[in-house]
Amino acid sequence: MSNPKLPNVLMFGWEFPPFNSGGLGVACEGISKALSASGVPLTFVLPFKIPITVPWCKFAFANESSESVEESQISTLFAGYQSHSLDTNVYTSKYGLPVSISGSLIERVRAYALRAPAIARKHPHSVIHAHDWLTYPAGIAAKEASGRPLVAHVHATEFDRSGSDNVNKEIYNIELEGFRRADKIVAVSEWTKNKVVSKYGIKPEKIKVIYNGIEFNNNGAIIEQNLKKLKQNGAKIVLFVGRITMQKGPDYFVTMAEKVLAHEPNTFFVVSGSGDMEGEMIRQVAGRGLSNKFIFCGFLRGDELNRVYKAADIFVMPSVSEPFGLVPLEAMISEVPVLVSKESGVSEILSSALKSHFWDIDDMSDKVISVLRHRGLQNHLSVNGKEEVKAIHWKKASDSLISLYNSLDNAFSMFLLPSSPAVARTQVPYL
Amino acid sequence: MRVRKYRIFDVGDGSPYFNDQSGTSLDNKAIIEKVARKCYLPANKVLLENIKNNPEFKISFSISGVALEQFEKYAPDVLDSFKALVQTGNVEILSETYYHSLSSIYSEAEFINQVSLHRKKIKDLFGVTPTVFRNTELIYSNDIAQMAEKMGYRGILAEGADHILGWRSPTFVYKPTGTENIKLLLKHYRLSDDVAFRFSQKSWEGWPLTASKFADWVSKHNGSGDTINLFMDYETFGEHQWEDTGIFEFLKYLPQEILKNPDNNFATPSEIIDKYEVKGELDVPNYVSWADTERDLSAWISNDLQREALDTVYALGKDIIHIDDPELIEDWRRLQTSDHFYYMCTKYFNDGDVHKYFSPYESPYEAFIAYMNVMQDMRLRLSNAQKKQEHEVALHKVKPLRFSEV
Repeated sequence: MSNPKLPNVLMFGWEFPPFNSGGLGVACEGISKALSASGVPLTFVLPFKIPITVPWCKFAFANESSESVEESQISTLFAGYQSHSLDTNVYTSKYGLPVSISGSLIERVRAYALRAPAIARKHPHSVIHAHDWLTYPAGIAAKEASGRPLVAHVHATEFDRSGSDNVNKEIYNIELEGFRRADKIVAVSEWTKNKVVSKYGIKPEKIKVIYNGIEFNNNGAIIEQNLKKLKQNGAKIVLFVGRITMQKGPDYFVTMAEKVLAHEPNTFFVVSGSGDMEGEMIRQVAGRGLSNKFIFCGFLRGDELNRVYKAADIFVMPSVSEPFGLVPLEAMISEVPVLVSKESGVSEILSSALKSHFWDIDDMSDKVISVLRHRGLQNHLSVNGKEEVKAIHWKKASDSLISLYNSLDNAFSMFLLPSSPAVARTQVPYL
Repeated sequence: MRVRKYRIFDVGDGSPYFNDQSGTSLDNKAIIEKVARKCYLPANKVLLENIKNNPEFKISFSISGVALEQFEKYAPDVLDSFKALVQTGNVEILSETYYHSLSSIYSEAEFINQVSLHRKKIKDLFGVTPTVFRNTELIYSNDIAQMAEKMGYRGILAEGADHILGWRSPTFVYKPTGTENIKLLLKHYRLSDDVAFRFSQKSWEGWPLTASKFADWVSKHNGSGDTINLFMDYETFGEHQWEDTGIFEFLKYLPQEILKNPDNNFATPSEIIDKYEVKGELDVPNYVSWADTERDLSAWISNDLQREALDTVYALGKDIIHIDDPELIEDWRRLQTSDHFYYMCTKYFNDGDVHKYFSPYESPYEAFIAYMNVMQDMRLRLSNAQKKQEHEVALHKVKPLRFSEV
C-alpha cells in the first residue's frame, strides 16, 4: 500500500545512542529508524554536536560550536533523567564553555529553544515532533517559526521522575506549556496519558497512546562466569536492572529480597544500574544483613548486560511509576521471566508476565518464589514471553505515528491553504 | 470450590484453602448464593411448573458432590427444590465424579472411588441410584466408556463432536468400541449451543430465539433420528444468559411448543436407552469433551503450568491414600476439581476470551501460584501425617494391642 503523501518530520531529541543516559535515547533511535523504514524523511535535531551518524536519518545540531566537548563530558550533558540539580553549574567556569553547553539543565533547555527557529527555517518539514520537556521549548519555538503542527511526545512526566508529587515547579511549567501548545500529544501508555490528564488538566481527546517497541535481537551472549559458578551450585538469580532512583523502587526490591530469602535461601540478587539512591540501597542491604546475597555490578549495557540476563532466573521491575519500561522487554528477549509493577505502562501490553503492585511486597515475593520453584511456570513465561515480545516492534509505533502526522497535516492544510478541498467545496456549491 | 489467594507465607500455618470470605469471585459462599438466586432457584421453579402443566416433560441432572455439599451448607433451599423435582418422577439424576475431577484420565482407582462416593451421596440425598454416567465436562473416550461399563452403568454421555462422528448423526444411540452393553448418547451440539451460547447473541441469525422457533428446528429432525440430546450447563438459565434475555420465558414455553407436534416427546437418558437399539459402533480412541472450540482436553491440559499442577496433585495421591487422615484426603480430592486447571489455561490469554470470563483470578499465573502453594502445604501435612503414622505403628510394636483394650 503506498501512502499518497508522506509527512516530512523535524524531530527534536535530547540524546541518541550511544550517547544516552536512559530510555529516551533508545526510544528516539527506534522511532526514527522505523519511520525512515516506512519512507518518512526525517531530520533529527540534538542540542549539541556529537560525533554520530546513522544510515536512516540526518542530524542537525543546535550548537555547532561544541566540538571541544570531550566524550567523558557527554554523559553528563545528556543526563536529563538522572537528577535535577538545577543550580549546580559545575562546568561553567571550569571549561570556559558557553552556557548552552555548560549551564544548568534548564539553561541548556532554554538555549536549545533559542536556536530552534533557525533550524526550523533551514530544514523543510511538514510536522514537528518533540520528545519530553527537555525539547518542548525548542519544539514550540520551531512551530512559531515555521507554522507547522507540533507533536509533543511524553516518555515520562515530572511526576514519574520524582517518584512523588513533590515536583520541580519550573519543569512542570515547561511540560504544561508544551502540552498546551502542542497540536497533539503522544503518551507511551494509558498510565502516562492518565497522568497528563489528571496532573496537567489536558483533555483526553488530545492525547493518543502509542506504545514503544523494541528491536528483537536474539541474546547470543555467554553466561557471566561468576554467576554461572553460583548457578552450578544450585543458586537462583533474581535480577534488577535500571537506574537506582526512587522512581524504580529499589527499596521495595530489597524488602522483597529478604522475604524471598526466608523461603529460598540459596538465591542471589543481582543489581545492574547506578543512580542517586545507590548508596542508600547498599546501606539498606547491609542493614538487613543481606550483603552476602546481593551483587551490585554497576551500570551495564550491551554484551555485558546480555551476559547477566543469561544467568537470571527472574527479572523484577518494582517501579513506583514507570511511563513505559523497556527493560523487561530486553529481559523477555533473553528468555528471562519477568515480574513488573502494575504501575508501569509496559504492564498494559504484556500477557506472559507476572504483575504486582510495587507496594505489595508479599505478592511480589510469592511470585518470585513460585518462579524459582516451579519449572513449569518458569518455562512457560520464558518461552511465551520471548514469543510475545516479537510482536512489540517499532513498526507498529511508527505506523500509528504516521497516521497521526497525516491527520494533523490535513487539518493544517485545510486551515492554511486557500486551495484546500474544504475551501474548494465552498466555492463550487452547485457541484 | 475456588482456592483463595493462598500465598507462600500461608504454607504450614494450618489455614484452610477454600475459605475466602471477601464476597468476591473467590468467595465460595458468595458465589453459591449468587448463582442460587440468579439461576438454580428460579430455573427449578420453572421446571417444577412445567412438569405440573405437562406431565410428559422430562429432564435430567448431573450435579457434582462438591456442588451438593455447598447447597447443603450455603443454600439448603436449592437442595430442597432439586429434591422436589426428583420426587415428581420426571427427573433423572446421573452419576459423575464426586469432585468434578479429571481422575478418569489420571487414575482409574481414584476415578472409581470418586464415582462411588458420588453414587452414595445421590442415594443419601435423593434416594435414587443412577444408572447412566456423564463424566466431568463431558470428557469421553473408549477407555472411559469401558470403565463406566465395568462399574455397571447402562449408558454414558458424550459430546457429539464432528470429528468423532464424521458423517454420522448424534440423533442415534451408539455402542462404544470395546464395550458390550453400555449405550452412548451424544450431545446435539448445534441445538444445545443455540440455547447455551447463542440465545442472547443479537448478531446471530437465529436471534431472537423463541420456544416455538426452537420447537420447529427440533421437529425438522423427525424421520431422520431417534433422539435429540440437549446437554448444557444449568447456569445457562439465569447466569450465562441473564433473566432479561428472556431465557426463563423460553424455558417455560418450551415443553408445550415441543409437544404441539404429536411426533415429539420428552425422555430421560435411561428411557432413551431402554427404547432405542444402537445404530452402530463409535470408536473414540482420543479424549473428547464439550469445552472450547477444540472439544478436547486443552482447556485443562495444554500448557506447562497445567501439566505441572496436575502431575503434582496426582503424584501426591500415591502416598496420601495410604494415610489415615480423612481431612487430608478430602482436601486432596477437592484440589482435583477440573476448574483449578481451567483457570490456568493460557490458550486464548491474549484475546481475553471465555476462560477469562469464567476465571476468578487476575491471570492464569495467579491461579497456578495459589494452587502450587497449597500443594506445598499438602506435602507438609502429608509428611507430618506419615511421621505420626510411623510413630503410632512403632508404639504398637513396643506394646501390642490387646483385645481387652479395644
